[in-house]
Amino acid sequence: MNGAPLLWLIPALPLAAVLINLLLGDRLGRRGAGWLACGAVGLSFAWSVLSVLRLAALPEAQRAVVESVYTWMRVGDLSVDVSFLLDPLSAVMILVVTGVGFLIHVYSTGYMSHEPDVRRFFLYLNLFMFAMLTLVLADNFLLMFVGWEGVGLCSYLLIGFWYERPAAAAAGKKAFIVNRIGDFGFLLGMFTLFAWTGTLQFQRMFEVAPQLFPAGGIVITVATLLLFLGATGKSAQLPLYVWLPDAMEGPTPVSALIHAATMVTAGVYMVARTHVLFQLAPVSLEVVAWVGAATALFAATIGLAQNDIKRVLAYSTVSQLGYMFMACGVGAFTAGIFHLMTHAFFKALLFLGAGSVIHAMSGEQDMRRMGGLAARLPWTHGAMLMATLAIAGIPPFAGFFSKDEILASAFFSGHPAIWVMGLAGAVLTAFYMFRLYLLTFRGRPRLTHEAEHHLHESPPAMIVPLFVLAVLSVLGGLVGPPLQEGGHPFARWLAPVFASGAHEGGHAAAHEIPVATEWMLIGLSVLVAAAGIAFAFRAYLWSPETATRLRERLSGVHRALLNKYWVDELYEWTVVRPVYHTAQAFWRFWDTKVVDGIVNGVGVTLEGVSAVLRLFQTGFVGTYALLFTLGVVALLLHFLRP
Amino acid sequence: MITVLFVAFAAILVVSSLLVILHRNPLTSALFLVLAFCSLAAIYLLLHAEFIGLVQVVVYAGAIMVLFLFVIMYLNLGHDVESGVTLALRRGLGWLLGAVLVAEGALLITGRLAPGPATPQALTAAAAAAPGNTQQVGLLLYSRYLFPFEITSIILLVAMIGAIVIARGLREPAPAEAPAGSAPVTAAAPEEAPGEDA
Amino acid sequence: MIPLSWLLLLSAVLFCIGVVGVLVRRNAIVIFMSIELMLNASNLAFVAFSRHLNSLDGQVFVFFVMTVAAAEVAVGLAIIVNLFRLRETVFVDEINLLKG
Repeated sequence: MNGAPLLWLIPALPLAAVLINLLLGDRLGRRGAGWLACGAVGLSFAWSVLSVLRLAALPEAQRAVVESVYTWMRVGDLSVDVSFLLDPLSAVMILVVTGVGFLIHVYSTGYMSHEPDVRRFFLYLNLFMFAMLTLVLADNFLLMFVGWEGVGLCSYLLIGFWYERPAAAAAGKKAFIVNRIGDFGFLLGMFTLFAWTGTLQFQRMFEVAPQLFPAGGIVITVATLLLFLGATGKSAQLPLYVWLPDAMEGPTPVSALIHAATMVTAGVYMVARTHVLFQLAPVSLEVVAWVGAATALFAATIGLAQNDIKRVLAYSTVSQLGYMFMACGVGAFTAGIFHLMTHAFFKALLFLGAGSVIHAMSGEQDMRRMGGLAARLPWTHGAMLMATLAIAGIPPFAGFFSKDEILASAFFSGHPAIWVMGLAGAVLTAFYMFRLYLLTFRGRPRLTHEAEHHLHESPPAMIVPLFVLAVLSVLGGLVGPPLQEGGHPFARWLAPVFASGAHEGGHAAAHEIPVATEWMLIGLSVLVAAAGIAFAFRAYLWSPETATRLRERLSGVHRALLNKYWVDELYEWTVVRPVYHTAQAFWRFWDTKVVDGIVNGVGVTLEGVSAVLRLFQTGFVGTYALLFTLGVVALLLHFLRP
Repeated sequence: MITVLFVAFAAILVVSSLLVILHRNPLTSALFLVLAFCSLAAIYLLLHAEFIGLVQVVVYAGAIMVLFLFVIMYLNLGHDVESGVTLALRRGLGWLLGAVLVAEGALLITGRLAPGPATPQALTAAAAAAPGNTQQVGLLLYSRYLFPFEITSIILLVAMIGAIVIARGLREPAPAEAPAGSAPVTAAAPEEAPGEDA
Repeated sequence: MIPLSWLLLLSAVLFCIGVVGVLVRRNAIVIFMSIELMLNASNLAFVAFSRHLNSLDGQVFVFFVMTVAAAEVAVGLAIIVNLFRLRETVFVDEINLLKG
């Protein structure tokens, strides 16, 4: 690479937009705020593309550019730089983050056009982009943690964007607090690794880790499990997934950007980034795989019975993130990142499409009051259909390739149980996604009269991003077709990052198994997807009484699903209330009696003493000068004493 | 010769600065202060600190003292009558302390410090060859002390703004201005209306 | 050549005159002039030592002291002008607001 790579420009551009936004304030105007935010992210995207192209021009072995901006802190042995790492993995991430982010920014200019405080919205959105890009480009744990916390903060701010609504404010707090549990794990994992390796820099740590830690050792297992706890918080996995569905209280572009395409994938990215460590701890990998698979299945079942269009998508996101962790857990990091990318495309599209529907319906989110929208919203309908096919896993749409690769990796790495869970999840995914599609766009309109009156297709600012994302959802998977000799192009691109791993579960094994088996697996996953879709058509379009009958026959199950297995209630009774009551008790005794007592005691004592001392304070400058000189004279006398 | 000049200027300096603090009329005090500054500038010249000597005249005797005189005349403070028992007490104590301080200083200098060498070594020849004092100070100011030097410009700017803001005073509504003939407010008067000391 | 001790003695005397001025006068402007005297006393000491040690740093410091003095005078006189407007006096013994 010629000259300085100037990687810092990528996160700095959104930050600059944040600062300009803050400095100019309302003088920026509504239009100006939108233009500024889009422009900054667009430039950041352009610069990312340029940087990645320059990275791709390098020989494969040298594709890791580190750029140190400045030394952040140097304490004893610890030296932390603000430095950025661009390698094939972070290249994929910055392209996804800035690319999808840019589209969502453009979309927001249309979606938020009726919003009074649009400047604050773009301020937070740009701040989020800055934090996310810092997270992705960081070349050490500490800087990554800065981005990690930054995206958490922005997530909180954006979920609670409509803070005057109590539900939104509560959802923001819930997201923040649940994330803190995960962050606590991340921090402890980071400290553990630092205590043993003495460095926080990724590349150096990965170099020394294999010598320091025996494979399967207790320390590395604990450290990676703690890191994974952080990932479960940020990426909404069992048991910390509860915040994500509530996060749908935020504006829809936020759900698309933060809670579907980028931030929630940070956990997956982190696990992939530290794959060297995870591979040293087979137990941790096993845990990752099982948690991922369980989440994928669990969230998919909840998604079956939800009626809010955004909540269905939220549970679908949790489920798809489970697939990504499943892939990482079975050692197929490439497949996980592949699914991360395709998921970013089609899930962002789904959310933006849902946003377009909500926008058209003047804020209605309940699918029971939609239906038959295909004719009225042709563009939105087309885009949503593409995305739904993609997530259901129908070839040749993007989701098929990545999901199939994950399932194949699970199968060939010797995890048949996980494979079965993934397959079951795939059926459910196809079913609930087509349920969403059919309830929204097909069938008999069930709109309220008022909504029907206002119904309109969205402005171009919203349709164009939908279109671009639809193209990506259709074609995005073609970078990684299965059954390629030596791995598909996407895998070859990521190979320099993941090649260092001891074993690459999916791929190394994939070439030793007969092609026929792989064809069979592909056929099977297409078959189950088709079955799910067919059942959805039967239950929600051709003979709606099927759904009703089913609901009545399985009323207990249905109630459990509708209430999300009462997990929120469980947490409420086992965690929230005990903590709350303990805190209340402490406050009543310790805080008001002891702490306030000490503080008040100090105050009363000072008041008594100063009542006496106040007599010296006459208020005349002359007196003060006199006393001051008296002091100087006395001091000199003291020093002149022989 | 230099010693004679020094003693002469030092005498002028001490006498004029004593008159600064002794004279009843502040205007006269200010003029004596100008004299004191000028004689100090002459002493600086004797010490081969030409740059400082000139700056002393320009800045102190020129700029700062003009400011003093301007304020004295602006406020019409041609007289300064002092009286009162507490004042006399403090004045007596002040003179006493001053005398003690002088004694201490003399003791310190004579007792602890031997008189310096009559000729500072290695200066005569070097100084003759070296560039002028102003040039040397300038070089130092723009090299080693560049940063503090730039800071002083900020200090001056801040002082300028601060002085303007303070001297502009509170913008009060017109009726609050007391008529010219009203009794002056004294310390014995009750506390002034709230808000004035904000 | 002038001995260092003479210069320091002169500086000390000048300083003490300044101190006495601050203590015995009640006119804020005269007090201010006395403070200027003290600053000049310190300047004299700086220049004396600069001469004695054959180093110009002392003179640079005098320069800085003068700058600060100029700033101080500007602000201080502004305060006095404002004070006079509010209380119609510049006598420090008639102003006792400097207390809690």
